[in-house]
Amino acid sequence: MRAIGAIIAALLLTIAQAGEIAHDQRRSGYSFMAPDTKAMQDDDTSNPGMLWVLDGEALWTKRIGAADKACADCHGDAAASMKGVAARYPAFDKALGRPVDLEQRINLCRTEHQQAPPLDYEGHDLLALTALIAHQSRGMPIAPADDPQLEPFLAEGRALFMQRQGQLNLACTNCHDDNWDKHLAGSAITQGQPTGYPMYRLEWQTLGSLQRRLRGCMTGIRAQAFSYGAPELVELELYLRSRAAGMPVETPAVRP
Amino acid sequence: MSGNRQSTRRIFLKAASSAAVTGTVYRVMLQPLHATPATLNSAIRNLVGEAPLRTGRVKLDIPPLVENGNTVPMTVSVTSPMTVDDYVRSIHVFNEKNPQPHIGNFHLGPAAGRAQVSTRIRLADSQKVVAVAQMSDGSFWSASVDVVVTLAACTEEL
Amino acid sequence: MASALINVPRRAKRGDIVELRALTSHIMETGYRRTAAGEVIPRDIITSFTCRYNGREIFRADLFPAISANPYLSFFTTATESGTFAFEWIGDNGFSQTASAAITVE
Repeated sequence: MRAIGAIIAALLLTIAQAGEIAHDQRRSGYSFMAPDTKAMQDDDTSNPGMLWVLDGEALWTKRIGAADKACADCHGDAAASMKGVAARYPAFDKALGRPVDLEQRINLCRTEHQQAPPLDYEGHDLLALTALIAHQSRGMPIAPADDPQLEPFLAEGRALFMQRQGQLNLACTNCHDDNWDKHLAGSAITQGQPTGYPMYRLEWQTLGSLQRRLRGCMTGIRAQAFSYGAPELVELELYLRSRAAGMPVETPAVRP
Repeated sequence: MSGNRQSTRRIFLKAASSAAVTGTVYRVMLQPLHATPATLNSAIRNLVGEAPLRTGRVKLDIPPLVENGNTVPMTVSVTSPMTVDDYVRSIHVFNEKNPQPHIGNFHLGPAAGRAQVSTRIRLADSQKVVAVAQMSDGSFWSASVDVVVTLAACTEEL
Repeated sequence: MASALINVPRRAKRGDIVELRALTSHIMETGYRRTAAGEVIPRDIITSFTCRYNGREIFRADLFPAISANPYLSFFTTATESGTFAFEWIGDNGFSQTASAAITVE
């Protein structure tokens, strides 16, 4: 009898929308890492993610497309013009009527203003440009725009975070709200705060985007992962950013 | 956890084709090596030959439990005055369970000032890592570390 | 697009032991991985790294597939004279890359 009551109580807890991490208890994935890995992130000349930032600097000034324009031609020096930009993404795009993430914003610029073909997700060039732009917000607090037009998408993102899915029937919240700081096999379960994307993941031995990480998690729980660029992934990112609001950007982070 | 991920980690070298595994008792060694697979022994023997392999003077710094086996920070250092008359000529690092036994060879000289090298390595499984230093006087010194490597919790579709 | 991050002190006193760090982008494909179809992905690694100080070799590394992607190396040398450190990476498939950094020794 008591066992059934306990099981019902546990089920109710996970269905309920409680369980969100208290504001002052939020921790970056950085705090879960071993000292050696932290040291890798701390030094810009030993952080492999900085290689992509360097490449991004080169791409920023490269003239491309039918319009023969470089990012710099409109935006000038990235260090000045891009400061704080990544901290408030995903942002609402009026023409599309929906939020776009940084990668989509870059591709919109390429297709509309440079008349160049869009870049593939996880391709080197898109990662380099995203890393460069996000790096200009390093140290600044994540500050999602307080835009009422984003609200329905934010709600959708939140629902996705709470939704059980896949063969393992797990929701993001089950691990990242309810069981962070425990371990899954040998790995620490973090809170899933997107403070350092695109990030250098030791497992990947390369830089990767938040979408890659989310897709990896979904595959891990044996769910069909959303495709790159899917609106669901942008909505999830929107929710994750609001959940992490105020936490400093760390791009490019290093994670296990 | 899927057992079929595309990864070097689970592909072990089946047989060391050229290693002469018979009679691997090192009569000339002052300290016996721990039990290791034949390829590791053979690789070290290729370097050291008939010379004695002493333990000491070499320090191998690897986290005992790695964060991720794909990228493991490693520092190897050797105590030496690093003068023209007495210096570390080279440091050779070996492993026990990767597909091949070598990790890296680092060639120094008296100008180095400090015999210390850091890099990041791949370890396929929990295993022993061995560092052998060759001194200017031809002597060999070694150290070994047992490292625990766990696979990441979730695999990723490529 | 390969790039390298070099960390060398800009100035040093004669006789100082200085740390040099070099990080470069390279996939370091081991040659042991297989595609989904089962074919071996051929090895493609950096095999050798050399550092020369005013033309004189001060450090050399033989690298193997066990070195992680985007290889990072840190090593030491004694600062003897002002000049240039020349770094060179050589690898499979004709891979060749150089970088350099200047130092002022007083």
